[in-house]
Amino acid sequence: MKIHAILGRDPDSQGLLQVTRAADQTQSRKTQDKESGKSKETREAKDLSERGKKLKEDMDELVDEIDEVLEENAEEFVKNYIQRGGE
Amino acid sequence: MAVKKVMGTEVEYGITVVNDRDFDPISSCVLLVNAYRDKTDAKILWDYDQENPLADARGFQADGEKYTPNQQENITRNKTLVNGARYYVDHAHPEYSTPECTNVLDLVKHEKAGELILERSRIEANALVPDRCQILVYKNNSDRKGNSYGCHENFLMDRRTSFKQIIEKFIPFLVSRQVYTGAGKVGSENRAGAVDYQISQRSDFFETEVALDTMVKRPIINTRDEPHADREKYRRLHVIVADSNMAEPTIYLKSGVTAIILSMIEDGAIQTDLVIRDPVKAMKEISHDTSCTKKVQLDNGKKLTAIELQEEYLDLAHKYFATREADAVTRDVIVRWESVLKRLKEDPDQLGREIDWVIKKQLIQAFMNRKNYTWDSPRVGMIDLQYHDIRPEKGLYHLLVRQEKVDRIVSDQDIEDAVYNPPEDTRAYFRGMCLKRYGSAIFGVNWDSISFNLKDQPIKRILMAEPLKGTKEHVQELLDRSTSTEELVANLTAE
Repeated sequence: MKIHAILGRDPDSQGLLQVTRAADQTQSRKTQDKESGKSKETREAKDLSERGKKLKEDMDELVDEIDEVLEENAEEFVKNYIQRGGE
Repeated sequence: MAVKKVMGTEVEYGITVVNDRDFDPISSCVLLVNAYRDKTDAKILWDYDQENPLADARGFQADGEKYTPNQQENITRNKTLVNGARYYVDHAHPEYSTPECTNVLDLVKHEKAGELILERSRIEANALVPDRCQILVYKNNSDRKGNSYGCHENFLMDRRTSFKQIIEKFIPFLVSRQVYTGAGKVGSENRAGAVDYQISQRSDFFETEVALDTMVKRPIINTRDEPHADREKYRRLHVIVADSNMAEPTIYLKSGVTAIILSMIEDGAIQTDLVIRDPVKAMKEISHDTSCTKKVQLDNGKKLTAIELQEEYLDLAHKYFATREADAVTRDVIVRWESVLKRLKEDPDQLGREIDWVIKKQLIQAFMNRKNYTWDSPRVGMIDLQYHDIRPEKGLYHLLVRQEKVDRIVSDQDIEDAVYNPPEDTRAYFRGMCLKRYGSAIFGVNWDSISFNLKDQPIKRILMAEPLKGTKEHVQELLDRSTSTEELVANLTAE
């Protein structure tokens, strides 16, 4: 039986709602190459912006999908969902 | 001395029928449970003789009448399944009790198999209702109108452990564990004070610290003393505070860490004074604080957050296992527990792939940000409910699984296997295999007994007072050489 490892996972796979925080994130993958400080910063900023954009697109897509599957007449549906106490 | 933590969960599901003005939950539950096609068509009684829900762990018998349905009603309301589980009608809810498991990994598989079984019976039952109607089932704990239904966990314990010790050491753990076990809920109930969103579905409903009741004046510690095993040796601790979880890592941590803590209590390994002054109040305070920073008042004058309380237990667990061998699942549970507490402390939003209340909160917030809804918008309430919808095509948790936006613990194949196969290392194996092999010759079942119909002989009840006997290792050879119940009983009694 394999227990799927979740620790130390790729940050790209984290969380649903990282969009708003993506812009503030300063950490990105450390590169080994010897580029100048300035071009590295530019590249990191570009990476970050692309990642933020991707996350935003992912979230938009998810919200659209929720919109599609969500029960119609939510107000009535939620109002009519009445249970008897259990246990 | 800690006994092996044999464990299982009982999940009560919410049920409704859309477009049915005369919706009756009990008959809908009966329809649902009877629509399920297991690999046996046997009509087996649930053996109520073996039950005593009015026995109190504090040493007395409560007043009240024990419920025993007539034979037809019994068969209609109870199904024992080939995987060793019980699927039945409990009051006005369909309920699924997993077979006994020796570890939380098996428990996750079997609880998830329960969801699949409910969904399959729902599809079958829907073919029997008028076209305009549809039966829907939710794995949650509240209708958000003040009615709650439970998710109970059961753990085998050493009878010699003092119940007073359990109460003192376990309550602070249960009150604080909700930061990683909550299923999340929009709003509050039961006069618990207004809040937009809270961690637990259940915490608003607990009104006292210790009692036998589960339906009114719910206690944090339930004293039902019904071991379903040798009562001289064992106690079955019936934990009733849990939320029903969708996310596998949440189920895994919830019952996994709890099993560890109970072993530590049995071994006297929790000596730190963590007694909370007002646990009922603290439970609500912690649930209503999604920042997880609210400090609760301890009896000794200290104030700690739920995470700090859990860190105290974690620290004690590290010390406990410094001199003991832990199995692979236990080691994994501890690593995850530590990691989850660390990330909760830094920023709970980091748990958006693992912990239900965070997953659901982020889902709702993403939706609110795009649509400019507020917490009291009906569609926000709909998301809260539909997260728990067991239909793969409509349930929002299932949508996240499809998009690989939540972490898994087990595979789809593991879950499918658990629908038809009992765990191999508890008495559930004997129960499940007997149902598979001798289905129609079985008269009745309870957790600790099976009764067989025998040709020209009275019904024979075989007791299974030891949850760790009747395993594959113990009974496979016996089953292989017994082609009928008569042979099985003869071989069993000859041994």
